Amino acid sequence: MKPNNTRYNLMELMVCVAARQLEDGKTSVIGTGMPLSAAMLAQKTASPNLVILFEAGGVAPILQTLPISVADSNTQTGAILHTSMDVIFEACQRGTIDYTFLGGAQIDMYGNINSSMIGKDYDHPKVRLPGSGGANDLASLCWKTLIITPHDKRRFTNKLDFLTSPGYLTGPGARERAGLPAGGGPYKVISTLALMGYDPETKRMRVESLHPGVTKEIVVENTGFEMLFVDPLPETPEPTDHELKVLREEVDPLRLVIGKPGQ
Amino acid sequence: MNEQAQSVSTQERLFSSPNVEDARSFFMQKPRTLTSKLMSVSEAVDRYVHDGDYIASGGFGGVRIASAVLHEMVRKHKKNLGLAGHTATHDFQILAAGRCFNRCDVAYIVGLEMRGLSPNARRYVESGAVKMTEWSNATLAWRYKAASMGVPFLPTRVLMGTDIIKYSAAKEIECPFTGQRLMAVPALFPDVAIIHVHRADMYGNCQIDGITIADYDVGRSAKRVIISTERLVDTDEIRKEPLKTLLPFWLVDAVCHVPYGSYPGNMPYEYFSDEDHLAEWMEVEQDMGAFEKFLDKYIYGVRDFSEYLELKGGEARMAELRELEPLKRDADEVVTRAGGSR
Repeated sequence: MKPNNTRYNLMELMVCVAARQLEDGKTSVIGTGMPLSAAMLAQKTASPNLVILFEAGGVAPILQTLPISVADSNTQTGAILHTSMDVIFEACQRGTIDYTFLGGAQIDMYGNINSSMIGKDYDHPKVRLPGSGGANDLASLCWKTLIITPHDKRRFTNKLDFLTSPGYLTGPGARERAGLPAGGGPYKVISTLALMGYDPETKRMRVESLHPGVTKEIVVENTGFEMLFVDPLPETPEPTDHELKVLREEVDPLRLVIGKPGQ
Repeated sequence: MNEQAQSVSTQERLFSSPNVEDARSFFMQKPRTLTSKLMSVSEAVDRYVHDGDYIASGGFGGVRIASAVLHEMVRKHKKNLGLAGHTATHDFQILAAGRCFNRCDVAYIVGLEMRGLSPNARRYVESGAVKMTEWSNATLAWRYKAASMGVPFLPTRVLMGTDIIKYSAAKEIECPFTGQRLMAVPALFPDVAIIHVHRADMYGNCQIDGITIADYDVGRSAKRVIISTERLVDTDEIRKEPLKTLLPFWLVDAVCHVPYGSYPGNMPYEYFSDEDHLAEWMEVEQDMGAFEKFLDKYIYGVRDFSEYLELKGGEARMAELRELEPLKRDADEVVTRAGGSR
C-alpha cells in the first residue's frame, strides 16, 4: 500500500501514529528502530516527559541522535542514571514500567510475537532470527506492550512458528493462568495499514482505525487470521506538518528508519 | 510432555552446572594475592582459554566488547567453546567466523540490531553446528546474578506461556511463601569472562564509565576473568572514584592493555563504533570466498590486534571515531537541542 499523497511515506505515517500512543508522564523501555523513533518523536511533540529507559542500562537520557543499539553512547547522553541490565528488568518486574515498544517477525491474533525462527523444526530452522533479546521479558513484565510492524499475511499469521514473547497467549486469563504478572499484556499494534488494539472481552486484535486510503477488505486480505473491527471504523488522522518536521529534522535526519522502503 | 521427559530435556539443555558447592570450592582456591597480572592478549588466551571452555563476553555485542581477546581466540583456533549468547552481536559474529563454539545459551544472537542479520552467523547456526538453548536478556542477566550471589537459581516472572520454555533449561516452581508460579533460572558460572574496561591497574582493579550492562555479575560469576583495558593506571587512580570500580583485583586473572580494544565497537566516552567497517563485514560475509580472504587479511594474517587497527586506518581513523563519540567527559559539552525534551 502506498499512501495516496506525497506528503509522507508509510514509515513516517507509522512512526507518527505510534508516537501518539505514548502518553506523557509514563515510563517506557524501548527497542531500536521504529519503536525508538516513535518514542523520540513522542518526547519532542505531545509527551515531553515520557521517560525512556534502555534495557542495557541507560535511564532517561537526553536523546540527541537516534541510537543504533540499545546500549550505544547515544542511549547514555545526559542520562539521569547509568545502570545495568538487571536493574532495568527488575524495574519492569516490580511493576514500575508502563510501556514497552517492540518489533517482531510474526504476530498472531492475541498479540503473541515470534522473533526466534522461521520454519517448522526448531533444530533446523529455515531462518534463524536473533531470539528474544529483551522482548520476552519486556512483554511479560511491562504493563502495556506496543508493536510496530509492516502488515502482510506472513507477519499477521494464524500460527506462529515460535512463540517468543507473550501476548494474551490463548485468550482471556491465559497470561495469569500461565503465571505471568496480572493485568499486563498487548495494548496497540501499529502497521502499514491500520492502528489496532484488542477487544476487551475476547483479547483478540481489532482494528481501531484504518490508515488513509486503506479499506477493511485490504486489511482482511493481508491478515492471516480473522481480524476484528470497531464499528463505526474511523480513519487514522494523518501526520501533521509539525510531526513530520520534527521527525525528519530532529529524530531521524539520516533517514535510518524513515528512509527504509515500506514492506 | 511428562515430567521425566521434561527433566531429561532440561538436563540436555543445561550447558554448565549450577552447583554452588563446586563453585565455592573453585573460588576457595583462587589466589587473593596482590600480584601483577599484566600480560599480552596472546598470553592471556593461552593461559586462560581452553578448548571446550564456556565463555561469557562482556559489554553489549557492539558496545564495549573485548574485540582484541575475541580476535585472539579466533587466531588461536579455539574450538568447541560454549558461549553465552547474551546480547551477542559483533562478538558473536567474530567467534562464528572462527567456528569457535558449538553450544550457545541464546538470548540474542545472529543479528546486529539495526544493522541487520549477519549472513555468516546465520549460516553457522542454521547448519546445525551449534547446539542451542533459549533464554532472554533478563534471564541470562539473572543467571549471572544467581551465580554471583552464590545461589543455584533465581526465581523470575518471565518466559512463562511461551515456546522458549520448551527449549530452555528453566523450570517452573511454586513460591513457598505465596504459592505464586515462578520460573527458576539456574546459576551460570562461565569458565572464562572477557571484559573490556576504561581503566585498570596491573592487579586487576578495574573501572567502567557509563552503563555496566551485565558485567558486574559476569565478572563475579566467571571462574577466570580476562580484562582488556583502554588505559593502564596506578591503583591511586582507582581509589579516587571507588564507586566506578567494576571488579576488585582478586577476581581478575589477566590484565591486557589494549587501547581501542573495543574497535569496531563503540567505547562510551572514548570512541564511537566504526559503522563503515561493520557494514563492510556484513557485506563481505555474503560471499564465503571473499569472507575467507577478509579473515586472512584482518585476523589470521596479522600478529596481533594492533596490526588489525593499523590496517583499518590506525591513529587517523581512531581520531575520527573519537570525534564521532557523543559522550564527553565534561558534562557541559552535552548540549540540549532547542525544541528537545527537558
